[in-house]
Amino acid sequence: MSKISEQDIRKLASLSKLKLSDEEVKLYQKELTSIVAYIEHLSEADVNGLAPTSQVTGLKNVTRADALIDYGVSPSDLLKNAPAKKDNQFKVKRMIV
Amino acid sequence: MNWDSIEKIAHDVSSGKVTAESLVERSLGAIEETKEYNAILAVSKIRALERAREIDQKVKNGENIGKLAGVPFIAKDNFLTFDTTTTASSHMLENFHAPYQATAIERLEAAGAIMVAKSNLDSFAHGSSTENSAFGPTLNPLDKSKVPGGSSGGSAAAVALKIAPFALGTDTGGSIRLPASFCGVVGYKPTYGLVSRYGVVAMASSTDVIGPITTSVEDAAVVLDVMSGKDRFDGTTIDRDLDIYDGKPFSLKGKKIGLLKEYLSSGIDEGVKKVVLDTVEKIKAQGAEIVEVSIPSISLSLACYYVLVPAEVSSNLSRYDGQRYGLSDTTAKNLDESFEKSRAAGFEAENKRRIMIGTYVLSSGYYDAYYKKAQIVRTKLINEFNTVFEKVDYLIGPTAPMTAFEIGKNVDDQLQMYLADIMTVSANLVGIPSISIPAGNANSMPVGLQLMAPQKSDRNLLALAAAIEKEIE
Repeated sequence: MSKISEQDIRKLASLSKLKLSDEEVKLYQKELTSIVAYIEHLSEADVNGLAPTSQVTGLKNVTRADALIDYGVSPSDLLKNAPAKKDNQFKVKRMIV
Repeated sequence: MNWDSIEKIAHDVSSGKVTAESLVERSLGAIEETKEYNAILAVSKIRALERAREIDQKVKNGENIGKLAGVPFIAKDNFLTFDTTTTASSHMLENFHAPYQATAIERLEAAGAIMVAKSNLDSFAHGSSTENSAFGPTLNPLDKSKVPGGSSGGSAAAVALKIAPFALGTDTGGSIRLPASFCGVVGYKPTYGLVSRYGVVAMASSTDVIGPITTSVEDAAVVLDVMSGKDRFDGTTIDRDLDIYDGKPFSLKGKKIGLLKEYLSSGIDEGVKKVVLDTVEKIKAQGAEIVEVSIPSISLSLACYYVLVPAEVSSNLSRYDGQRYGLSDTTAKNLDESFEKSRAAGFEAENKRRIMIGTYVLSSGYYDAYYKKAQIVRTKLINEFNTVFEKVDYLIGPTAPMTAFEIGKNVDDQLQMYLADIMTVSANLVGIPSISIPAGNANSMPVGLQLMAPQKSDRNLLALAAAIEKEIE
């Protein structure tokens, strides 16, 4: 059984862009260890010769005409919930530090 | 007071016998009277009354309104709607006002239905009890010390509390059927793709579906009929059956129904088992042929689900980054810190847990062992269901292995909580329709009977459920 370490949790949190407190790291380490132990039951399945499924109704490559669709929503509607905006665009913190 | 059937309500509104405004007022009154249950998060009073008066005026003008004329309804708070916030029961979206409405809401409104309020759910629909809501749990209408089930717990409770004739839910692994079972109402999960999910907060895109919660199968069929069919805004939608979903006469005589062995073996409450088996006897007495069937991989379905769903959750929830909408941390010094702090403050513990499990099973060292393996087990499960559906036309079993449990009982034990979904997740993984109807009581709480059918046989499944509902009454 894979044991999930505190370091693993910190790595997962970083990949998931979640800032965790030390208490949360300890708690999630315990909880994720037991959840992962449960999903490890999958290794018992005999799946010889079977392919993975990601879509269940058989749809493949659903396309549409390469034309403008009017969704009835304007850019200013979409910006209404923005925490910060400038010149009709989203404004974010600097990326390069 | 019980609501009339949806068909009758719409007929009475269309003929001018009852006003839509009085129905909305009744709904708003019921919301006030049942506040202690915390089923409702936001009320659309102004818009609902405006729409009601518009409909009443149209009736006076002799205009045709539609199949749901004046029928009030409740939407789970993960449907984008005008007039109210859409929070997904999270701090992340606590102040979010949707710039457009979900297709399902648009279609219901076009048929004359009126959304009056938004209902509580487990945050981002992650949960089986509605206790993961950022705004407090919903209480079970039949026993306030118990959970209503989840994640559509507010919707099921609202229907059981008679706030409206129907409510909308979403079902990723049982989130419509489990609360329907726990609250003693009808919950319908359609075939994957039958109802557009455009404008609904995404959880796991390969299993999410939308469906109605009602007090009768007939009402569920009427609502489904209005919502279903292709939508150019959702590429996963499928063509609907050309016939309407409601009103098809049906006899149980000669129907081949498989009793799922795995659902009655281990870990099931004896009272639940008895209610299910008693119902099976009633169905048999009507001439249905009950065959015991087995789907061995069902024992792995929950493990499969708890790999695939968190994986999709971790991807779908990456959009909540605090930059374009939703909670945004104001103290961060740079963009990366803004992501991390906004997400830390906006998500509940179960959201974080699932995001991290998803990230874990998708990470390069574990992808094959967990994610890919789960996708292959999914194929195996689909094959086994297909084999069984060569022998029988329907499947029958309990919706959940237990009745509604005490609030707080499972909050510190995720695996115990996840087990509530053990009988519902398979239908989502396989994409087939499934319904939970009230079949009796055990432990003084309702027991849901679950029925399933092959993909795209929603109409027959609803007809079967209506026929069985009649026998239970």
